[in-house]
Amino acid sequence: MAMLSYERKYRVLGGTLVGGSTFDFWLGPFYVGFFGVTTAIFASVGTALIVYGAAIGPTWALFRISIDPPPLHYGLHFAPLRDGGLWQLITICAIGAFCSWALRQVEIARKLGMGLHVPIAFSAAIFAYLALVVIRPVLLGAWGYGFPYGIMSHLDWVSNVGYQYLHFHYNPAHMLAVTFFFTTTFALALHGGEILAAANPGRGKALKYGGHESVYFRDTILYSIGELGIHRLGLFLAINAGVWSAVCMIISGPFWTRGWPYWWSWWLRLPIWSPHGFNLN
Amino acid sequence: MARFHTLYTSIVVQGPLEYALPTDDEKPKRYGRPFHSRLLGRIGETQVGPTALGFTGIASLVCGFIAIEIIGLNMWASVDWNPIRFIKMLPFLSLDPPPAKYGLSIMPPLREGGWWLMAGFFLTAAILLWWLRMYRRAIALGMGTHVAWAFASAIWLYLVLGFFRPILMGSWSEAVPFGIISHLNWTATFSLRYGNIFYDPFHMLSIVFLYGSTLLFAMHAATILAVAKFGGERETHEIADRGTAMERAALFWRWTMGFNANFESIHRWTYWFAVLTPLCGGIGILITGTLVDNWYLWGVKHGIAPMYHPLPGLPLSPPAGSGKLPSLGAP
Repeated sequence: MAMLSYERKYRVLGGTLVGGSTFDFWLGPFYVGFFGVTTAIFASVGTALIVYGAAIGPTWALFRISIDPPPLHYGLHFAPLRDGGLWQLITICAIGAFCSWALRQVEIARKLGMGLHVPIAFSAAIFAYLALVVIRPVLLGAWGYGFPYGIMSHLDWVSNVGYQYLHFHYNPAHMLAVTFFFTTTFALALHGGEILAAANPGRGKALKYGGHESVYFRDTILYSIGELGIHRLGLFLAINAGVWSAVCMIISGPFWTRGWPYWWSWWLRLPIWSPHGFNLN
Repeated sequence: MARFHTLYTSIVVQGPLEYALPTDDEKPKRYGRPFHSRLLGRIGETQVGPTALGFTGIASLVCGFIAIEIIGLNMWASVDWNPIRFIKMLPFLSLDPPPAKYGLSIMPPLREGGWWLMAGFFLTAAILLWWLRMYRRAIALGMGTHVAWAFASAIWLYLVLGFFRPILMGSWSEAVPFGIISHLNWTATFSLRYGNIFYDPFHMLSIVFLYGSTLLFAMHAATILAVAKFGGERETHEIADRGTAMERAALFWRWTMGFNANFESIHRWTYWFAVLTPLCGGIGILITGTLVDNWYLWGVKHGIAPMYHPLPGLPLSPPAGSGKLPSLGAP
């Protein structure tokens, strides 16, 4: 059995949201539950559709396989299977699988007496995906605005959509998202490094604990946020990276149609720049 | 260690101020009177300071101050010392590296990149001194030096951008300017000039590790907060002596995805994802323009990108030695 030495006492019934005890069992190391069943169905159907799309497509070269959304003229209607309909079905399967996965995490957290922080954090990632393939396409009026499912094709899509707005780095929400991604990675390096440093002090030295960790950061950067605080900060940073990524795409098109550099003209036009006494031309 | 506990409660706890640890191997001189901040206590610890400055700390701060002064005063001079224009134009002002005609000269005219070189020198000195400080404080406290080596990975990317790659390209003009909008423009131009950096495999890896770091921190931080009621945030305690917090956190992921880390190995995962982000990014930048001129054509040559039809008037010849052209793959 794929059970850890301490696992048996935690394997108890209860905590399910749907289905009572019908699906309340494990398969190897995996917990099943009602949402495990729906996850498996959505994920396997979606994967099969991707493979089918690749099979009727022009290439088996892994990096060039692409399942494209329907052409724009289908608007928000269903498209024929070979003309974007596959993309629509795969998107439905993906959303079903992601949401099932999050709800399955809720059931597992309840079973273990844990908080719901993980599924809430995952919801931010699901929101970012929905922003790209549902919210923005619906606001723009065509599923064709979704991104294609392919390794290189989704990179091309990011490039092309970015240059449609001339220079995407000027998008203020994109600025925030990038800053949150970099800051999250920076904080993660500090946290991971600090725990490893405390737990691996070197041969013959005593293991260190939170007290040493705090003194290290106070010594070097004046303040230590502490063992609980770093995880609050990390969750805040990581969720914001996902949320602002979603925002920077939702506003591009539905709420701003020009190049993003032009957006900043409000700053240059602020009335405070022309007080009397300064010749600013 | 019994005196150190994080209390999981909404009440901000202010214990006695801690000045230092009773460690044997150091008699550190620390600066600043520590104090409690209720505001910070709503998120993390209340105590601010004291801090250990030492020679490397003071020298680093002085060098950093000089670098920022050079950058700021050059920007201010570029708007004729008009304070209002300075604030208005600050996002767009820039201190640029020397023009290409000066190559790798370390004495170009001050107004033509000389100040940029000087600012870069002092900023680099400040960063390297700060690295030394992170390393030496870890040694002094009897801890591992992992944080300093993670910092070294970020310094690697910084040095590639402003030092190693310009030297390989033979000109400081290749380096990044100091400025908010100007460094964003540099980034976009760099990608366009070399045929879209998205096709650079090391850029791909760097992005994977950047997003992976964010994913891992969300998973890890959320897990720890979810088991904080069992004392899960005291991670090194749980590494040394596994409690129910670690068991529940591990089982959560084992039941979710069939695999779990433990309280030490999760930090190895996070550490390497974070460290590999600038490490791969630095490699990707270093080989751009030096080994590879056009990442799109590189992608075509290696079969990962489709060859598009040339635009009228823009002949696009296949890269030399690419042999048989892959068929047009993009549907």
